[in-house]
Amino acid sequence: MTDHVVNLVVNGVPHEVRVPARRLLSDCLRHDLGYTGTHVGCEHGVCGACTVLVDGAPMRSCLLFAVSVDGSSVTTVEGCRAPGGGLGPVQQAFQDCHGLQCGFCTPGFITTITAYLRENPDPTEAQAREAIGGNLCRCTGYQNIVASVLRAAALVREPAP
Amino acid sequence: MKPPAFTYHRPATVEEALATLDRVGPDGKVLAGGQSLVPVLNMRLAAPGHLVDINRLTALSYIRAGNGSVRVGALARHADVGRSPAALPLMRQATAHVAHPAIRNRGTTVGSLVHADPAAELPAVLSLVDGSVSLASTGGVRTVAAAEFFTGPLESAVRPGELAVEATFPVPPPGTRSAWLEVSRRRGDYAVCGVGVLVTLDPGGRVTRARACYISVGPTPIVVDLTDAAPDWDAAGRLAAAAVDPGDDVHATAAYRRHLVRVLTARACAMAVADD
Repeated sequence: MTDHVVNLVVNGVPHEVRVPARRLLSDCLRHDLGYTGTHVGCEHGVCGACTVLVDGAPMRSCLLFAVSVDGSSVTTVEGCRAPGGGLGPVQQAFQDCHGLQCGFCTPGFITTITAYLRENPDPTEAQAREAIGGNLCRCTGYQNIVASVLRAAALVREPAP
Repeated sequence: MKPPAFTYHRPATVEEALATLDRVGPDGKVLAGGQSLVPVLNMRLAAPGHLVDINRLTALSYIRAGNGSVRVGALARHADVGRSPAALPLMRQATAHVAHPAIRNRGTTVGSLVHADPAAELPAVLSLVDGSVSLASTGGVRTVAAAEFFTGPLESAVRPGELAVEATFPVPPPGTRSAWLEVSRRRGDYAVCGVGVLVTLDPGGRVTRARACYISVGPTPIVVDLTDAAPDWDAAGRLAAAAVDPGDDVHATAAYRRHLVRVLTARACAMAVADD
């Protein structure tokens, strides 16, 4: 089985990597490229912890082969920071609302919510719940994550001074 | 939880894909969205020697309405179908229940048909509208009606060397309303029971036809004609509950699934008719 050359732009930085076809995007990001912010939970698409944005759309990186998304732009949680550094709006909202405890699931939530707010900048509470329906959290009971979605929406609409 | 090694093929044209599939035969598997295939590989439930990745065949990413039907190409993602004005309302209603947005962004409608999971939504929609799937190979194209396409749980009529290039969803008669309802343990999880309905009204508002499809209550999608009971939707629910034969499993008893068939049928029909 031959290796394949894969080109990915991760958080704006171009990378060329040589991987076997069976390399999952999640493992390529973590092990080949060092983006360990992407967490791997269930590895069969249920938990959502490994969610990254592929050309802007949230996808499960554990259900993609790196070779299959050759040429794509990928955004991981590391790419969700503020443009000038520091916490991005969704990250800030999680801090403000205590939206995480152990933090294992958080990268998947941050990427999912970042993409969702581009689609719907002013969600209702019900829409916020629906938006995070594909991400599991075993600590928080979700209430503070729902609050974080609404807080993040407010921060995106009107950035804090 | 890592997939077994395989030889990767990335054809640039449909012809190249068919030639590759022909060459690798039963040891080959098509990779479209991979949202069902990759979990199967990660769990080592399958180990095909060759994967033929069709993600570069962008000519197949269409959703087109015309000549009395909606045609969906092999590379149209669930998310594309879910927001396409060309799709049937029932296709959009059902697609909203397919897993989660992150899965719908990659998974394909035609891939879901080929995977033929008895809990999947779009196979039931295709069955309800009497649709079909076009299967291409180096030998030509054959079209298989939904009734013959879904042959068992996770089994479809696709043969080694074939690529499902397109699904055709005929447009229901004018005056037809639709609804989709399902119950699952968690949002986006496999349905314990799902129901799609098509109710056709004449210009006077009288029901001329009512049909429903069901998921997760049999090995393949089940279609039941409810016209005789309409517009008594409670009676329609009872008719449907008598027509299905669900099994017990770890998620629900047969009796509970039958109960859901009865209740969801009545609700979905009432919803479809009330919808304006």
